[in-house]
Amino acid sequence: MSKNTETPAAGGAVAGDLKLVNVTKRFGDFAAVKDLTLTIPQGSFFALLGASGCGKTTTLRMVSGLEEPTAGRVLLGDHDVTRLRPYKRPVNTVFQNYALFPHLTIAENIAFGLKRRGVKDVKKPVQDMLDLIELSHIGARKPNQLSGGQQQRVALGRALINRPQVLLLDEPLGALDLKLRRQMQIELKRIQTEVGLTFVHVTHDQEEAMTMADTIAVMNLGRIEQLGSPTDLYENPRTTFVANFLGQSNLWPGKASGTVGEHLRVRLEDGTGVLIPSARNNASGDEVIVGVRPEKMSIHASADEVPDGRNMLTGGVVTDTSFVGVSTQYVVKVAVCDELGVFVQNDGARIFRPGSDVVVSWDPSQGFGLDGKQDIDAGAEADLEAGS
Amino acid sequence: MAVINWFRKHVIAIVAGLIFFFLLVPNFVVIWMSFNKPSGKYNVKWEKFSFDAWKNPLDDGILHDPLMLSLEIALLATLVATVLGTMIAFAIVRHSFKGRGFVNSVLFLPMAAPEIVMGTTLLALFLNTFGVSFLGFKSILIAHIMFCVSYVVITVKSRLNGMDPMLEKAAQDLYATPWQTFWRVTFPLVAPGIGAAALLSFALSFDDFIITEMTAGNSVTFPYWIWNAVQKGIPPQVNVIGSLMLIITLAGIAIAEVPKWLKTSKAR
Ligand SMILES: Nc1ncnc2c1ncn2[C@@H]1O[C@H](COP(=O)(O)OP(=O)(O)OP(=O)(O)O)[C@@H](O)[C@H]1O
Ligand SMILES: [Mg+2]
Repeated sequence: MSKNTETPAAGGAVAGDLKLVNVTKRFGDFAAVKDLTLTIPQGSFFALLGASGCGKTTTLRMVSGLEEPTAGRVLLGDHDVTRLRPYKRPVNTVFQNYALFPHLTIAENIAFGLKRRGVKDVKKPVQDMLDLIELSHIGARKPNQLSGGQQQRVALGRALINRPQVLLLDEPLGALDLKLRRQMQIELKRIQTEVGLTFVHVTHDQEEAMTMADTIAVMNLGRIEQLGSPTDLYENPRTTFVANFLGQSNLWPGKASGTVGEHLRVRLEDGTGVLIPSARNNASGDEVIVGVRPEKMSIHASADEVPDGRNMLTGGVVTDTSFVGVSTQYVVKVAVCDELGVFVQNDGARIFRPGSDVVVSWDPSQGFGLDGKQDIDAGAEADLEAGS
Repeated sequence: MAVINWFRKHVIAIVAGLIFFFLLVPNFVVIWMSFNKPSGKYNVKWEKFSFDAWKNPLDDGILHDPLMLSLEIALLATLVATVLGTMIAFAIVRHSFKGRGFVNSVLFLPMAAPEIVMGTTLLALFLNTFGVSFLGFKSILIAHIMFCVSYVVITVKSRLNGMDPMLEKAAQDLYATPWQTFWRVTFPLVAPGIGAAALLSFALSFDDFIITEMTAGNSVTFPYWIWNAVQKGIPPQVNVIGSLMLIITLAGIAIAEVPKWLKTSKAR
């Protein structure tokens, strides 16, 4: 550990990766978490992303010990902690609803963990933490005299001061305004790298997950849909849920109709043939959903303008044009899809008004294929809800 | 117009004042009459100011035994009912066990049943199980604990229900053992409810008359003594003791509230 070790880390010597092995949690008949297996390397910043009610908080609670798995094991390094009481685990949580102690002052709230571990002199670490969360001036107040954002920072400080082996953050920045949020993101990331703690960060905010995390797991209905680095997840989504939930995707159903070199030919519902890289096809059978991110597409006045070798959807009509500064976002109606999104960078290209007849195109390497037996809209509504 | 406007502006204060007046007048009368020097045996008509009753609060010892009996029973009943009731409240709120709903409704019975019915039933129970010699201190105490427990459970339960269960989880997450969690988090948060329950129990037990009268046998409690005294004359000492109870209660509340109040006003 580096210079930031005024306070002894919780848990002593045990160190290592956090592992969940076939973990299931049932509440009565309802399975909130289903057969989850996951390894979170020590010192990494791991984000759990998913729609409301998909089991994120439940997963965190099984790591902290506040909930016991119905089946499966939780390991810290080689140490099986599945049945270890929460107060014996070197794990701290920043709770979704803060859970600050209303009868204690801010300073006492922050000192709580250190005191329980028998640390004698808590004055200095508490003061340092108050400085870090910029609340030194109100350390003597009670939690109900603080704003939502201030309470959230206290919750963060109260957990962070213990330097636990694993810090669980359950939407810790949800109540902060954008500026403070970015500031705390940077601060969190700095502390995480500096002290080498493992952070497991639950968030609704995909941008937050992508900018902060080394690894993101997208959860859906108690399962992990996909796990990987932010770029991997964004570029190579393996399910429609991930494709829709993380950013936006244009998805069209089609049928595989042979290969052309490195590419797979897919016939869309209107008969148009498009190519996708065979390596990026996740469909097991013939039914393939073709996906392309809106910013990977171009928009043209006619098919003549489209360079050779590009996939093309003709006969489009622009239904909406929004100028958002760095880019222009079009909604185009084509035969295979009523609301196709195209984002074009504002590099001086002409802007198409609603009603214009257009052709859209993209490079075959930019498409991906998903299994055709899925709900094509999975994750799209959830994304809207989360983004609001 | 001005009068109407003034009235509109202050209507809440005026109504509140009237309600307070209505609530507090009896208490002031109790205190006021404790300084009376009645000419006859009845302290019902104001005659003359005097400290006589305050200098001799037990009326030459006549009041000593009934007062002591009532205090003893009230304190013991409060202690037992508070501990028992608090534990029952925790069990009901925190644990789901077979028959929880049943326990919940049974606890309401002593509050819902008419006292006079409760009293006669208890008398019958004591007489049939233990015989007439059992009536007295023990029977009164048992009866008082019984009805006080219900009030304690209701009071503590509502306090516990209002407490965020995540707080205890947060404490455990921050290395507090179950023991530490209870004493550092749960108890301080529930304590006001337990304190209120204890005060309520004490007041209920100390002035209970109907159930006590039924189960007392030959023992004479303070309210029972006053009831009997009505025929012979009530001395102003009764008012002195009444006033003292009031003052002690107010002092208790002040001791509990003032430090809290000082602390918050300092933090602002
Ligand atoms: N104690 C419980 N009893 C019954 N069901 C529960 C319990 N706790 C959670 N659930 C259910 O389990 C599912 C997952 O809940 P969880 O709190 O893990 O969701 P989440 O992903 O954290 O959602 P959010 O983003 O809204 O916080 C939900 O459907 C919820 O209703
Ligand atoms: Mg949650």
